[in-house]
Amino acid sequence: MCLAIPGKITSIESRYDGLVRMAKVLFGGITKEASLEMVPQAQIGDYVLIHVGVAISLIDEAEAKKTFEYLEGIGELEELMPIN
Amino acid sequence: MKYLSEYRNPEMVERYIEEIGKIATKNWTIMEVCGGQTHSLVKNGLLNLLPEKVQMVHGPGCPVCVTPINLIDKAVYLAEEKGVILCSFGDMLRVPGAKKSLLEAKASGADVRILYSPLEAVKLAKENPQKEVVFFAVGFETTAPANALSVIHAQREGLKNYSILTSHVLVPPAMEAVINDETAVIQGFLAAGHVCTIVGISEYYPIAEKYNIPIVVTGFEPVDLLQGIYMTVKQLEEGRNDLENQYSRVVKPEGNPEAIKVIEKVFQVCDREWRGIGTIPNSGYELRPEFAEFDANIKFSINIEKVEENKECIAGLVLKGVKKPHQCPQFGKKCTPLNPLGAPMVSSEGACAAYYHFSQISDSE
Ligand code: SF4
Repeated sequence: MCLAIPGKITSIESRYDGLVRMAKVLFGGITKEASLEMVPQAQIGDYVLIHVGVAISLIDEAEAKKTFEYLEGIGELEELMPIN
Repeated sequence: MKYLSEYRNPEMVERYIEEIGKIATKNWTIMEVCGGQTHSLVKNGLLNLLPEKVQMVHGPGCPVCVTPINLIDKAVYLAEEKGVILCSFGDMLRVPGAKKSLLEAKASGADVRILYSPLEAVKLAKENPQKEVVFFAVGFETTAPANALSVIHAQREGLKNYSILTSHVLVPPAMEAVINDETAVIQGFLAAGHVCTIVGISEYYPIAEKYNIPIVVTGFEPVDLLQGIYMTVKQLEEGRNDLENQYSRVVKPEGNPEAIKVIEKVFQVCDREWRGIGTIPNSGYELRPEFAEFDANIKFSINIEKVEENKECIAGLVLKGVKKPHQCPQFGKKCTPLNPLGAPMVSSEGACAAYYHFSQISDSE
């Protein structure tokens, strides 16, 4: 559960009267929802590190791809899979 | 043992292993604090590649592992006796309580759910207005913004049926507790990269200075870990005790200001009990009084007896780096991931589980 996984922002929607930005983030083939409240500067197309549904940092594309491939390669992406 | 060719960057791995071997003239013991790093070191077989002079010991940085048994029992009680929807991260469900784990409570009919994010728990509360939803909020600094946000979102939604049971722990006080332990043998630390992504690195300067101990903020991929180890050994050999940042491509010295703001709004620092270690002053977060209505501990009167931990489990010694998992007499015998005696055998970030799954050490030593 301590992992932060890099993904790409594919869409952004605002909630709570524009107070909160929620994004759809693509990890390989899987899309998850994540809060962008910790990364106000993030835009569609940016890469972010996501930890338990919250983007904690912007990272560059090369770093994101490298880390994602590593995690995928050693089978660490289980927590993204649908549960139950 | 892994073959070098299996690494994403075999030349770099080889080069760092070689360089560490070249510069290490004395025996050094280094602790990686973060359970994610332990998992990566063991899973990637790096412990077997390091020169004998450099010993890695595994720290208390697995939030699942250090959650006290009493809190597990509280969570089970809430699920079974108060009829709440009790949710948490997957690893939490298998941690043994005094009588049972949350997974066992689920099997006997309690509504226990695994969620990917605390924000999903808020959604669940909104969809089930007639039920109480409790999120068992464990984690280090990395997870604190997400747990804090869940409370803020619930407040914005005007939800009265959402609360969290917090078991939040902090890394720097735990490092000090480990250094101050009379059995401790640690000469250098790898600090946890993702924790510092949130809170920054400033808290580690006073520790490096006060205890004359090198600290290197490190990532979790094989090359990161080896580079972090190399930087630590270099400092030790040169007699330096500095704070260095190996993971600067992700970790900014000041951390993430937005995340710090959210944490400070919702949480305040408190004393925390660590499973196997005991109470460490100022080592955790609890909800601020303004958010008391979201505090499961206050909302539900939970009266359960405090029980002793299983005496056969030496998790405290393992979490302080005094013993390696395979030195525990129960390791792989009475205690396995399917039937864990202690929490470090449960979580994938726990040292005992990492050794059990990925290392041949238990057979060869
Ligand atoms: S092997 Fe099992 S019993 Fe021994 S310390 Fe680890 S969790 Fe506890």
